[in-house]
Amino acid sequence: MSNRTGETTNASRAGPARIRELLGVAIPPALVALAIILLWYGITFFVLEPDRRFLLPPPHGVIEEGILDGEVLAEIMGGLYRTAMVAGLGLLIGFALGFSMALVMSQAKWIERSLYPWAVVCQTVPILALVPLLGFWFGFGLMSRVTVCVIIALFPIVINSLTGLQGADPRLHDLLTLHNAGRWTRALKLQVPAARPLIFTGLRTSAGLSVIGAIVGDFFFGRGQPGLGILLDRYSRRLRSEELLAAVIAACLLGVVAFWIFGVIGRRAVGHWDPSWADERNKDT
Amino acid sequence: MALDPVIAFTEVTKSFGSIDALDPIGLTIRKGEFVSLVGPSGCGKSTVLRLGSGLIEPTEGTVSRTSDNVGYIFQEPTLMPWRTVEQNVTFLGELDGLGRQEARRRADEVLSLVGLEEFRDHYPLALSGGMKMRTSIARSLLLDPDLFLFDEPFGALDQISRARLNAELCALFSERRFAALFVTHSVDEAVFLASRLLVMSKRPGRLVAEFEIPYEFPRQPEIRYEPEFAVLAGQVAAALAEAS
Repeated sequence: MSNRTGETTNASRAGPARIRELLGVAIPPALVALAIILLWYGITFFVLEPDRRFLLPPPHGVIEEGILDGEVLAEIMGGLYRTAMVAGLGLLIGFALGFSMALVMSQAKWIERSLYPWAVVCQTVPILALVPLLGFWFGFGLMSRVTVCVIIALFPIVINSLTGLQGADPRLHDLLTLHNAGRWTRALKLQVPAARPLIFTGLRTSAGLSVIGAIVGDFFFGRGQPGLGILLDRYSRRLRSEELLAAVIAACLLGVVAFWIFGVIGRRAVGHWDPSWADERNKDT
Repeated sequence: MALDPVIAFTEVTKSFGSIDALDPIGLTIRKGEFVSLVGPSGCGKSTVLRLGSGLIEPTEGTVSRTSDNVGYIFQEPTLMPWRTVEQNVTFLGELDGLGRQEARRRADEVLSLVGLEEFRDHYPLALSGGMKMRTSIARSLLLDPDLFLFDEPFGALDQISRARLNAELCALFSERRFAALFVTHSVDEAVFLASRLLVMSKRPGRLVAEFEIPYEFPRQPEIRYEPEFAVLAGQVAAALAEAS
């Protein structure tokens, strides 16, 4: 019912009310952004001595040299693109691997007990310790970078998918048992559909992690065409703080966009029946 | 009405580890019979249903059914939240290979039977408790079961919805005349629905009293306020108090 009444009020509500609602969502974070920019200017001009001002150049400097300079912008955009590709590919493989693992684990306790500790290892391994080894095995190109993303993205996908697959209503399991449903039918008609909200939760978390993985991998495997990690490293070595800050902002944006995309996909996919995803939809639209 | 037995419990016991849930139980339900089962909490009423459905096996004795077409109505509506009302109702058709066309045709029929045609495209999230329970009953009706097992289905509903669903279920039974075993805590509900009423003792559960409920089907909700109904309900309540 809540959905229906929600729609009718939206439709009957006049334009200005809708705009007011959007402003209510947009203004508070915008004020915080303004405060941060003011603080930033304050530090640049009132805290830092002029000869140390290169440590934190003012926002307009970052815009001028990091964004409006076509050459730098092209460099950062190229890096952003390559990092996004690596992160996306890593997430895709991580999802295929993690979801398959969870599906297999959900079919038998002994499989779950055998694989679970290794999923935990993926989560706890200090990724930097593996970087030299990965470089040694797979070279310093795409393969290694993607592998870093897969390792870092795997755990939230496995754990969330597994929890979802095991979380289906036991009485629905009874219902399928009464109708002689096999393992495959049970997985397809009950466990996987029931797991979707948590699968999307896992994907959203892992999307952000995969971006981090791509930048870290890039940073350490710094060869070939530069991604954001290489650019960050290069700018910091050359003390080009405007460009460095622009690259940092690009990296942040990539993480936020990755999180946001999976939020939207999740809301579209399960928001109409899962309360935990539906709430956010009502908040945003 | 000496029709064929649909289900028969013969000397059935059930133990879970060292706990005896049921003393030997003998019970036969025929087609067209609506048997209500009341008893104190934890006496093994649900165990009887699970045994009857074949979800669990008896420790001793036998449960024999003449049909495998059994509808099981759980305590909660137990719908799939990701499916619409109609998709929930056609679900068992998918499992039993009914065919899409046939499943849809029957869904139309049972949805109008439970009065939910207009809500067929709604998700359970948007339904009231009573509507969810109707959907759950419609889901089982799709396969037109010979035996219905009800595990205290209306316990979570408010009094008004509960009375309405009692009347609707009674009308449904009057029309379809399946065999039914209905577990409940409510003496009033048990008497209203049943052609025969059984009282179970506290654990290990045993059938301690049996009542024939003489009202003809279909029944009007007003019979609840007749003096004989009150007398019957009083006797059942007394037997239940003794068994607890």
